[in-house]
Amino acid sequence: MSTSNHHTDDHLQHHFKDEDQQFESSKLGMWIFLVTEMLMFGGLFVAYIIYRAWHPDLFYLAAQELDAGLGALNTVVLIASSLTIALAIRSLQLDEFKKSIQYLSATLVLAATFLVIKYIEYTDKFAKGILPGGHYSYEGISHEMAANFFSIYYLMTGLHGIHVLLGMGLIGWMIIKVRKRSVHSRYFTPVENTGLFWHLVDIIWIFLFPLLYLID
Amino acid sequence: MAETSKQTISIREYPVDEHPDKNYLNHDKGILSWLITLDHKRIGLLYLGSITFFFFLGGVLALLLRTELLTPAQSILDADTYNQIFTLHGAIMIFLFIIPSIPAALGNFFLPMMIGAKDVAFPRLNLASFWIYVAGALFALFSIVTGAVDTGWTFYTPYSTETGTAVVSMTLGVFIMGFSSILTGINFIVTLHKLRSPGQAWGKMPLFLWSLYATAIIQILATPVLAITLLLLIMERVLGVGIFDPALGGDPILYQHFFWFYSHPAVYIMIVPAFGIISELISVFSRKTIFGYWAIALSSLAIAFIGFLVWGHHMFVSGQSELSSVVFSFLTFFVGVPTGIKIFNWVATLYKGSIDLKTPMLYALAFLFLFTIGGLTGIMIGALSVNVHLHDTYYIVAHFHYVMMGGTVIALLGGIHYWWPKMTGRMYNEVWGKITCAVIFFSFNMTFLPQFVMGSQGMPRRYFNYLEEFQGLHQFSTIGSYILGLGFVMMALYLAYSLFRGPKAPPNPWGARSLEWMTSSPPTHHNFEYTPVILHGPYDHHQPEHEFRMGLVSESKETHG
Repeated sequence: MSTSNHHTDDHLQHHFKDEDQQFESSKLGMWIFLVTEMLMFGGLFVAYIIYRAWHPDLFYLAAQELDAGLGALNTVVLIASSLTIALAIRSLQLDEFKKSIQYLSATLVLAATFLVIKYIEYTDKFAKGILPGGHYSYEGISHEMAANFFSIYYLMTGLHGIHVLLGMGLIGWMIIKVRKRSVHSRYFTPVENTGLFWHLVDIIWIFLFPLLYLID
Repeated sequence: MAETSKQTISIREYPVDEHPDKNYLNHDKGILSWLITLDHKRIGLLYLGSITFFFFLGGVLALLLRTELLTPAQSILDADTYNQIFTLHGAIMIFLFIIPSIPAALGNFFLPMMIGAKDVAFPRLNLASFWIYVAGALFALFSIVTGAVDTGWTFYTPYSTETGTAVVSMTLGVFIMGFSSILTGINFIVTLHKLRSPGQAWGKMPLFLWSLYATAIIQILATPVLAITLLLLIMERVLGVGIFDPALGGDPILYQHFFWFYSHPAVYIMIVPAFGIISELISVFSRKTIFGYWAIALSSLAIAFIGFLVWGHHMFVSGQSELSSVVFSFLTFFVGVPTGIKIFNWVATLYKGSIDLKTPMLYALAFLFLFTIGGLTGIMIGALSVNVHLHDTYYIVAHFHYVMMGGTVIALLGGIHYWWPKMTGRMYNEVWGKITCAVIFFSFNMTFLPQFVMGSQGMPRRYFNYLEEFQGLHQFSTIGSYILGLGFVMMALYLAYSLFRGPKAPPNPWGARSLEWMTSSPPTHHNFEYTPVILHGPYDHHQPEHEFRMGLVSESKETHG
């Protein structure tokens, strides 16, 4: 595919002039992609705002059912994972491959921890009959729109959970790349972009946590 | 940038190799070399083939609808089938044909060439976007064979959550195709920002690229909202989440807000690239520098911006507050301003130009007539009182067909004829081209002008039968649509003929000045064998042509620096 006769580095694609141009292009592309992600979640946030404005009492009542302790724990877990992935990028920029892999693996473990805690929360709710939409059968909340709050809850956390899974896939792929030494201090674009994606996943949760769990 | 301006570069002219042995069409051989190609030109052609197929499919459905409307009572379709067919006609034409049409086909092919790049910034993403489009199209086709959809292309709730038809697979298909559109948008923005050749300042970009840039901004900002809307609709059907369904405490008007927040900007995804093509055609075939370059370039961005603020004009009779309606109506008038600026600049470009009435130029002139009718009737139905009267009538149908077909499709045809020699290396037959353009222009008006009349007299849209007093106009319209179909068959024939028997195309048959004409027809795999340097603007017809073929003298010095 590449006709890079005069390029020594194999990661430089043929249509780029130099590595700076390639790096800047990838990064700009990633940022634009993050914008589209924000707009996609934006739709759900708008739905949240509208239904909360219409039924403030419902949101207060229903939020009591959520376990703020577990939510807070998950927030700490995700913020920690943002730190570890930033450190992984830093290590890679210094060509400290072993450390980089360790940090990436730590991020992966933290992401898995997040999902396990989420799983505990979900199954706990399912057991009570708090299921999304038409399957809702819990009677502990005396509000006719109770199912509605949890639909929004499941949609927002569910879409976020899918992003956590996607992020884990990317991080796993980056571990392989570091192992193969196909990324290093002169070329770390994929890891950098994975980091950007992971920070987005983190930031969305930082908004979701108070909006869903801490309604007073 | 500051660094590069200090550097001195030496340039020289690179004469065009008229008919190189290797071009992008025979660079690699075999079907697989097309299906997994990373070449933006081949991907552009893959898109062009796909949209042609779906345009044919949607067109056949349209003719079925028109045939049913020959008589006031039932003719060939029953009411339910009619509902399904107009839904499929709309969904196919919007999501599978017109949204990807100009950007993904012609844009993919010419955007990198016009800035002197070898490819788009992310070729693999570009290929992925094509296959995502195909996957989405397969879902849509799957929904057609498993019960179709009868909701109209807008999928309004609550009907779309209740109907027994295959709404989930159709909306899933549209959801998937949205990602294809987003990836194309990202690719174009990054390519335009980062891959322009030396000297290719923003102010020297062909206006087609400005229009693609504005389009890409709409694509990345609006499409994700459609994605989440359709996801919510799917969840509504699968889980009954109750966001849009009034039976579960949801709000169907909220769906309309969400849907039009994407779908009105999407109208500009469809038409803004067409403006870009018209700017190219009018300047090239008038042999004149475009009038008001910056006014045209920035009005594209203005349309992209204001286009996000007008969605409520689809909901004047849906029960939104009067204040919102007044604001939306005002903003709707306002979006007409940048569009009007473009029309005036094009007409001013024609003034005292040396006009050459080749087929592409005929399409450009047809566009000026048809789009102006479509645009001005849009201002009329943006007025609140008139809208209440004309809402959901054939007046609306005629309006958006004048904009979408009279505007976008006519511009697309102009663009296809204009760039045909470059894409295929062959010249089409000019006489047949002109005859066909005339046939399409007149039959288009025959088909849709009567619909304005019927609409203003109260003929509602989406009905499969009607009062007898409308029969004459309906029949006139149907006959027009048959001739229109015939026009497209003629075009298919002479274009196909030109592929095999057409004379070989010179590199720059129209005497244009933009960069894509400064390489061979068809182009080589890398578009240019050197790094082009741009000295003049894309419409500087007064400058000698060889000064547009400049390139860096030494490649190697450039790359390791």
